Amino acid sequence: MTERENQMREVCPGKRGKLDWGEIRRRLEQTKGPEYWRSLEELAASHEFRDLMGREFPRGASEWLDGLSRRGFLKLMGASLALAGLGACTKQPLEPIVPYVKQPEEFVPGRPLFYASAFTMRGYATPILVESHLGRPTKIEGNREHPATGGGTDAFAQASLLDLYDPDRSQTITYLGDPYSWSSFLAAFRGPLAAQKAVQGSGIRILTQTVSSPTLADQLRAFLKLYPAARWHIYEPVNRDHAYGGAQMVCGQPLETQYRLEKADVILSLDADFLYGGYPGFTRLAADYASRRHPEQAMNRLYVVESTATSTGAKADHRLPLPAGRIEQFARTLHRVLESNREEGLGAAEQQPLLSAVARDLRAHRGRSAVIVGDNQPPVVHALGHLINETLGNVGQTLVYTDPVSASPENSMDSVRELVSDLRGGKVDMLIILGGNPVYDAPRDLDFADALKNSRVPLRIHLGLYQNETAELCHWHLNEAHYLEAWGDTRSYDGTVSIIQPLIAPLYDGKSMYEFMALLSGQSEAAGYQLVQGYWQKQHGVADFDSFWRRALHDGWIAGTAFAPRTAVAKAANLPAAASPQAEAIEINFRPDPTIWDGRFSNNAWLQELPKPMSKMTWDNPVYIAPAMAARLKVEKKDLVELELGGRRIQVPVWVQAGQPDNTVTVFLGYGRRRAGRTGTGFGFDFYELRAGALPWFTTGVGIRKISGSYDLASTQGMQSMDAEIGERPLVRETDLDEYRRNPNFAQEQEPAKDETLYPVLPGFDYAKEPYAWGMAIDLNACVGCNNCIVACQAENNIPVVGKEQVIRGRHMHWLRVDTYYQGDRDEPRAFFQPVPCMQCEHAPCEVVCPVGATVHSTEGLNDMVYNRCVGTRYCSNNCPYKVRRFNFLRFQDWDTPQFKMMRNPNVTVRSRGVMEKCTYCIQRITQHRVDAERADTLIKDGELETACQQSCPTRAIIFGNINDPHSKVAQLKRSPRNYSLLGELNTRPRTTYLAEIRNPSAQPRSAGQAVPAGQSEHS
Amino acid sequence: MDRETQVTERRRAPVIQPGYTFATITDKISSIVLARPVTNSWLVGFGFAGLITMMLLYAIGYLFVRGVGIWGVNIPVAWGFAIVNFVWWIGIGHAGTLISAILLLLRQQWRNSINRFAEAMTLFAVACAGLFPLLHLGRPWLFYWLFPYPNSMTYWPQFRSPLVWDVFAVSTYFTISLVFWFIGLIPDLATLRDRAENRWAAMIYGILAMGWRGSARHWKRYEKAYLLLAGLATPLVLSVHTVVSFDFAIAILPGWHTTIFPPYFVAGAIYSGFAMVLMLAIPIRKWYALEDFITIRHLENSAKVMLATGLIVAYGYATEAFMGWYSGNDLDAFLLWNRLHGPYHLTYYALLFANVGFPQVLWFRKWRTRPGLLFLVSAVILTGMWIERFVIVVISLHRDFLNSSWGMYYPTKWDWMTFIGTLGFFCFAFFLFVRILPMISIFEMRTLLPEAEVKEAE
Repeated sequence: MTERENQMREVCPGKRGKLDWGEIRRRLEQTKGPEYWRSLEELAASHEFRDLMGREFPRGASEWLDGLSRRGFLKLMGASLALAGLGACTKQPLEPIVPYVKQPEEFVPGRPLFYASAFTMRGYATPILVESHLGRPTKIEGNREHPATGGGTDAFAQASLLDLYDPDRSQTITYLGDPYSWSSFLAAFRGPLAAQKAVQGSGIRILTQTVSSPTLADQLRAFLKLYPAARWHIYEPVNRDHAYGGAQMVCGQPLETQYRLEKADVILSLDADFLYGGYPGFTRLAADYASRRHPEQAMNRLYVVESTATSTGAKADHRLPLPAGRIEQFARTLHRVLESNREEGLGAAEQQPLLSAVARDLRAHRGRSAVIVGDNQPPVVHALGHLINETLGNVGQTLVYTDPVSASPENSMDSVRELVSDLRGGKVDMLIILGGNPVYDAPRDLDFADALKNSRVPLRIHLGLYQNETAELCHWHLNEAHYLEAWGDTRSYDGTVSIIQPLIAPLYDGKSMYEFMALLSGQSEAAGYQLVQGYWQKQHGVADFDSFWRRALHDGWIAGTAFAPRTAVAKAANLPAAASPQAEAIEINFRPDPTIWDGRFSNNAWLQELPKPMSKMTWDNPVYIAPAMAARLKVEKKDLVELELGGRRIQVPVWVQAGQPDNTVTVFLGYGRRRAGRTGTGFGFDFYELRAGALPWFTTGVGIRKISGSYDLASTQGMQSMDAEIGERPLVRETDLDEYRRNPNFAQEQEPAKDETLYPVLPGFDYAKEPYAWGMAIDLNACVGCNNCIVACQAENNIPVVGKEQVIRGRHMHWLRVDTYYQGDRDEPRAFFQPVPCMQCEHAPCEVVCPVGATVHSTEGLNDMVYNRCVGTRYCSNNCPYKVRRFNFLRFQDWDTPQFKMMRNPNVTVRSRGVMEKCTYCIQRITQHRVDAERADTLIKDGELETACQQSCPTRAIIFGNINDPHSKVAQLKRSPRNYSLLGELNTRPRTTYLAEIRNPSAQPRSAGQAVPAGQSEHS
Repeated sequence: MDRETQVTERRRAPVIQPGYTFATITDKISSIVLARPVTNSWLVGFGFAGLITMMLLYAIGYLFVRGVGIWGVNIPVAWGFAIVNFVWWIGIGHAGTLISAILLLLRQQWRNSINRFAEAMTLFAVACAGLFPLLHLGRPWLFYWLFPYPNSMTYWPQFRSPLVWDVFAVSTYFTISLVFWFIGLIPDLATLRDRAENRWAAMIYGILAMGWRGSARHWKRYEKAYLLLAGLATPLVLSVHTVVSFDFAIAILPGWHTTIFPPYFVAGAIYSGFAMVLMLAIPIRKWYALEDFITIRHLENSAKVMLATGLIVAYGYATEAFMGWYSGNDLDAFLLWNRLHGPYHLTYYALLFANVGFPQVLWFRKWRTRPGLLFLVSAVILTGMWIERFVIVVISLHRDFLNSSWGMYYPTKWDWMTFIGTLGFFCFAFFLFVRILPMISIFEMRTLLPEAEVKEAE
């Protein structure tokens, strides 16, 4: 034994593993070039060391991910202490830290770089720019230059950043829960794969989610060529089966419908929530919709017939709440009326006024209207939608047909059913699940979990971001690289391909699907970059490829890859006969959750705490029922009920949702996760339990029964009513188009005269003399309540999440909130959105009451917060009429998790406990642009500086800029007659103002839905 | 006393029962401190109050570790129990100063038997009150930033904020009250020094007595100083709660933004202060057999003050309600509606009962001369005044301008522990006070005796 070895034994008595010096020397001889090792044990690749490296805590500890029991905590503490002792003995890592001799171009510490990439959900890409600070992605922005998407993002894209840094993400390869290395996976995997070669892969099943990536699709097809008997299944819980099925029914092929809403004068949505994130092409649709909501120009008119209160319904000029099962009847009648040009045989009495109005309006706007059908409607309604569009001559005008974005648009439900029957039939030897979580989200009547567990598939592999319910039932779990960590490509709504550029090396050494597929096809160590680039080199050809590639990366899309329109004619012949709906039975609607979608974002705290657009609910999914139905059942908000469907029972709290159609209930999927991580596990209720594969979206016959008890729900909005007990509160000022034309200044009638005071008017600060006076105008006509700005603000400004219990206490931290108000009859209400950031009042009530001068006014008119000075009296919040100030009642910010340290925007202070905070108009961005402008000896130009909320807004409802510049967009908007100040009567002189909402109702229907024009509405 | 006064005095209960001499008064009062053994009941009371004080310390300790989030405060109700308690305790303090300073200046000699412990009550109440603004800070370790002091941070308080005015108002009030109380104690401390048999006690009383010998020159200086301090303290009775009311009145919140607040707060303060005086006086005179010194006359006078200030407070409520309607301001009208029908309507009705309805029994001499009933009325008024502050702070905040930001405030167990803890601390301090200092001013009581009257040589 050498002397050194002896020393080591003495110093580190805990390390009993024997070091084989001969082995070490052999390895050292084999290594080439500079390679560094952390300790001798690593070099010797001892099992203990690998074990230690793979696990954050020693064996056994990782099972306690989901909540700590006292015993578990003590064990963990003991183990950590023991580890700390061991760690103290470990030599410091030997790593070279060398400053740049030459600074890389454009790499300036303190200045972010932006890279184009794309976020994909349901196969549809949202092109994005990712802000990177010294190699750490910190913020996701919309790609304004992208031709197809309008430049905004949705809340999911914004929040996907948090997933990258999620400490609960799967960090290692595991086999039956124990950490293993990639090479041991390869060793275990090669044999079975080779065995399959002999039988042409007949035992291989690959299950993916929707794939729109050309490279990945190409790889999958190449693999299927190698193993012709293998099968590729697709399962997506929130799929487009019905949309493709409808096109198949009448056009003979699955088609994607792309709308050109900027050309549509009349839009009819049949249960399509197209103004909310997650809908295919949402950013484009919302932008086009909003582009036609200027009352000075020709406004469009939106009719919404829907089975659940959605933000699209809230924006409707006429809304008809209708059970989902009766929308088919509505569509059939409408189709018949439009075909026959007569109005006989209209539907049920309550639909009639709206139906005839819709029919008249559509007929008057042939070729300039569009009918959009929601994915939850059965294929026949989609077929009817195609037929109506065909009849109206809209095809080619306001919409075009293209190939589906999905590379393999097969029926998701059929595909997974087939897979399960193969599993049960013992036909599967190797199941590869690429992403997704079918154990949790596949229809429960298939019992995917049981099929996995009991069908004795010899090798089950799961590649995913999380150790979720599915990973638990697979032999191998491979940790997937997040999309911000790996190369890839994807298609947006119109088919345009974006290259997914990674921003950071995989934090946990994850593999991408591309790399895994390459492995399956025998290219063992191919890097994702080579795979994606190689594919496009094949497509583009070698000539000029470098500039093509650079351009694609720089712009964020590949020119000329958009789908060409397909000609298709919808024929009514194949339409099935109408089924008679059951009128009396209660209908249950299954919808993807507006914030955590199908459950994939369960562990994303930003999305969990993002208020759902209509109910402002966070962290939970109660059952939403109509006020009239609640009255009949004698239940109130938070009361428990028991839902019973097909023998399955579930006990859930109730949320009385204004605008929910009577006799229906809506439930959001995605909650009730058993294994989501520390954030998502155990919240809410798992409605997949009730969801059957045959009727995935709605079904009748659900039983609902009040049971005793109640349940706390965390809604962020105190009161959603604008009909106050005493006097109306015109917080959102609105009128209809005719009224607006008669009296364009209606919104300003309540503005106080400037300097209306009993006291002598003192000369105030002359903001007009300053180069900048920042202001914001929010167009309530354009705001669709998509929540995207809230998450953008959260990411930009390092805003913490507080958790359900603190939200219930009223301590959520969002600097920017979107208030949702209802007015009128609660069963058919009018609904309004109002984003509320800090108003930056010129006469700020908060400033005078702060005893320590922690909130002060800048010469540019900003109401600045000096966090360091704040002692936390909270007086400013009490005196803020808008209640936009947020207080760190406890230490809400996570200061310890290293991943979150990397995530934060380095230009924004991370606030501590006991400090007040609020919107600052993204002062860090203002400052950066001011510095740049001063260096160039110019002023900041209008449009080059955007706040985070403004940047990400798909409809450009938020406009920020310099109001001292009369040509700036914001100054122009503030001159609009629609411009008004919220609570202007308090003379706070807010810099944030609103453009009043103008609806465009049709003249005819008086009795249905929101037919009653403003000012005459009958208030409850 | 002139003849006429004496005649009227005879019809009412006397300020001091007949039969006492200088010596017996001194004996009776000083013996409570010097001779009376520690009784079990005192020990139990003291121990219990001490336990509650420990609970307060625990609650404060936990507060410092975790932050104000352990309380029920939130957005919109960013001020909760802490401010309610602060205003309540400060208000209670006012009676002491009123009795010792204003009634002195007005030559109301009946005050002599109650001023000492009323002043002690003021001090302890202000001490309890002073805790809360500090505790309710998000970062209490930086409380000193509210003081203007030279520092290297180029930092200076923001003098437009009423909270800075509060700092000065409350700290001045505490200082003046302490000095006033101590000056008033000096002759009695000297008495205790002279009578104490325990050497240590004699030394401590001796140091505190600051060499008082009772010479005519001492008395002359004493009288002048006491009168001057009374003159200083008198405006404080009005100003402190006025400034406290500015915390609310300066804000733009409906329910706070009211010009009636200063007088209404001062009246409310005296109202609750006298209730506390009675709640202390009634058991003390019984337990320490001081019915001869604290007579029905005192109780009755206090009750009359309560009745008068209670009516002013009721007028304040009426004005608020009237203005809610008369102003035509939607928000003011809504505030009134919300008090009457909102989720906290029970507190408003409780407030009307406790502060306006029930105290009307004090109109009748028959009832206001019954110590038991007076004790009950005082307890009800103290509760009512606490609810009043709850109504002002919480109901105004929980539903303000934007419906979207409405919320509810539910106190947590830490809120209650802190509030009850200060009650315990107050009692704890009072238990100590009655054992180590003369709770009734000995020398001032002696001036009430007929012998003390200086007669012109006939």
